[in-house]
Amino acid sequence: MSIYFLCLVLLSIGVYCILRKRNLIKIVIGLGIIEYAVNLFFILVGYRMYGRAPILARSEEILNMVDPLVQALVLTAIVIGLATTALIVAIAIRIYEKYGTFDITKINKLKG
Amino acid sequence: MLPLFVAIPLAAAFIISLIGKRYQRAGDVLANLSSLVLLALSFFAFLSLNSHSSNILVYKVGGWIPPIGICMVLDGLTSFMLITINLVSCLVTIYSISYMEKYTSKYRFYSLFMLMLAGMNGVIITGDMFNLFVFLEIASIASYALVAFGTESDELEASFKYAIMGSVASSFILLGIALLYSYTSSLNMADISAVLAVKGDSNIVGFISVLFLMGFGLKAAIMPFHAWLPDAHPSAPAPISAMLSGIFIKTLGIYALLRIFFNVLGVSSTLLFLLIILGIISMSAGAFLAVGQRDIKRMLAYSSISQIGYIIFAVGIGTPLAIFGGLFHLINHAIFKSLLFLNSGAIEYSTKTRDLDQMGGLGKHLPLTGYTSLVGSTSISGIPPLSGFWSKLIIIVAAIQAKYVGFAVIAVLISILTLAYYLKLQRKAFFGELNKRWEKIKEVPLSMRLSMVILSVLCIIAGLILIPGLRGFIQQAVDVILVGKQYAGIVLGAVQ
Repeated sequence: MSIYFLCLVLLSIGVYCILRKRNLIKIVIGLGIIEYAVNLFFILVGYRMYGRAPILARSEEILNMVDPLVQALVLTAIVIGLATTALIVAIAIRIYEKYGTFDITKINKLKG
Repeated sequence: MLPLFVAIPLAAAFIISLIGKRYQRAGDVLANLSSLVLLALSFFAFLSLNSHSSNILVYKVGGWIPPIGICMVLDGLTSFMLITINLVSCLVTIYSISYMEKYTSKYRFYSLFMLMLAGMNGVIITGDMFNLFVFLEIASIASYALVAFGTESDELEASFKYAIMGSVASSFILLGIALLYSYTSSLNMADISAVLAVKGDSNIVGFISVLFLMGFGLKAAIMPFHAWLPDAHPSAPAPISAMLSGIFIKTLGIYALLRIFFNVLGVSSTLLFLLIILGIISMSAGAFLAVGQRDIKRMLAYSSISQIGYIIFAVGIGTPLAIFGGLFHLINHAIFKSLLFLNSGAIEYSTKTRDLDQMGGLGKHLPLTGYTSLVGSTSISGIPPLSGFWSKLIIIVAAIQAKYVGFAVIAVLISILTLAYYLKLQRKAFFGELNKRWEKIKEVPLSMRLSMVILSVLCIIAGLILIPGLRGFIQQAVDVILVGKQYAGIVLGAVQ
């Protein structure tokens, strides 16, 4: 149970980071924390205590195995997260070139 | 046939990015060709669906039987959405031939455009939760890049804002999928629905519903989650604004909400009432914010929020007539909002400005843009013979029948407000004194005119969908929503 709670704490740290930080790069890091908290939760969903990899061998019987499906899904999610992060960091760098700052409160041309 | 809806745009995106630099015209040719083929395919899918007795087609990816493998499902709602998407995207690619000339590296635009189209078609056609998430992210990432395509300061700022909010929304959707998987041990939508029917309701389903409402609600720009839209849609190049406002928010937002709530999780009266409230809030706040705008595309973006409110409101009422009206308004809004954004693009193309106060009298020099924009504006504000009137009328009648008279009155008042700000747009942009600066401007090139004229003709004739012979086009989509959780049995039954 406590491990799920820690996962929630990680998620909250990410949300806090996005909502409160003013530096663009820190916001991107916050986004990464959120993504990893969700991925971690997804892995925990399929985890079994003392489980093992579900590889079927002759002469062996697997009693307690980890769900492999969620691991495949999380790998996909990580790749998607990587693409998003790379794109957002690229945009942040271009913003720095245009505005000369990473401070989100000074990047405010769009209003209304 | 079904995988082609994803495969064709993906292949086009890949080939364009590979050879686009060497052969400048390759992007134009390939993108237009593949979007035309997709349009033809979606009509073909509609026809083959109707000739099929069970009204559903399921494709098993890789030959795996659905609860284990991924499946693609073609039913009434799917084919309705596919026609809407591919119709608009086909006309938008024709428009971009001329419009995108002023940008460098046009082939990258087409490549991203096709990627976004692949993502949207994938979201529509898939029958698997995680697959839906993957396609949703493909479409979203392509759209973040497309919003920033001009790489000017405000475009980058809008794109950053949009990307952060969109990614957080995606994370919440993934969290919802994780919880759903842990509860039902399945990712197939039909199977999830079947398992939930056996296991019964529990608090976790309510929590998952909230996560999905938040995630897909942000993609649909329903009011409390709308903050990205008025920045992102005006900043993008005009064809992309048309795509984003016309179909992107409906595919990733409304379609996904409809499919998941009605067919997978099941709706409760609380959820429907919540949708009504959200719809009313978006409808009114979007309209009030649109009135004060000076930037023409920003006004259209707020108007999108308002019209999305109408659709969500109609879905929330939940009677067959209301859902019919909501879906009718969805396709109408896809047509006239993309038309209006293409008009604003034509104005920007000729005058290099989006400020309404600097325009005036453009109707004399841009007659075609003026007339088509007039058709779009009158249609969206609900002037009788045009399509927008019929869909709003159906929604309001359905609201009165369902005893939501107060909300129906609000919907009528907001419709009048819509007329007010579109009249303001028309008067400031196309009528009145000609500003001296625009003496020399000329009408836009042929490809832009062509797609604007086709869209405005569609605007006029879309009301014909209501006549009994053609009504089946929307009715079959409504039927899919109304079967609710029997969807599971229909899909799984079609597999065997």
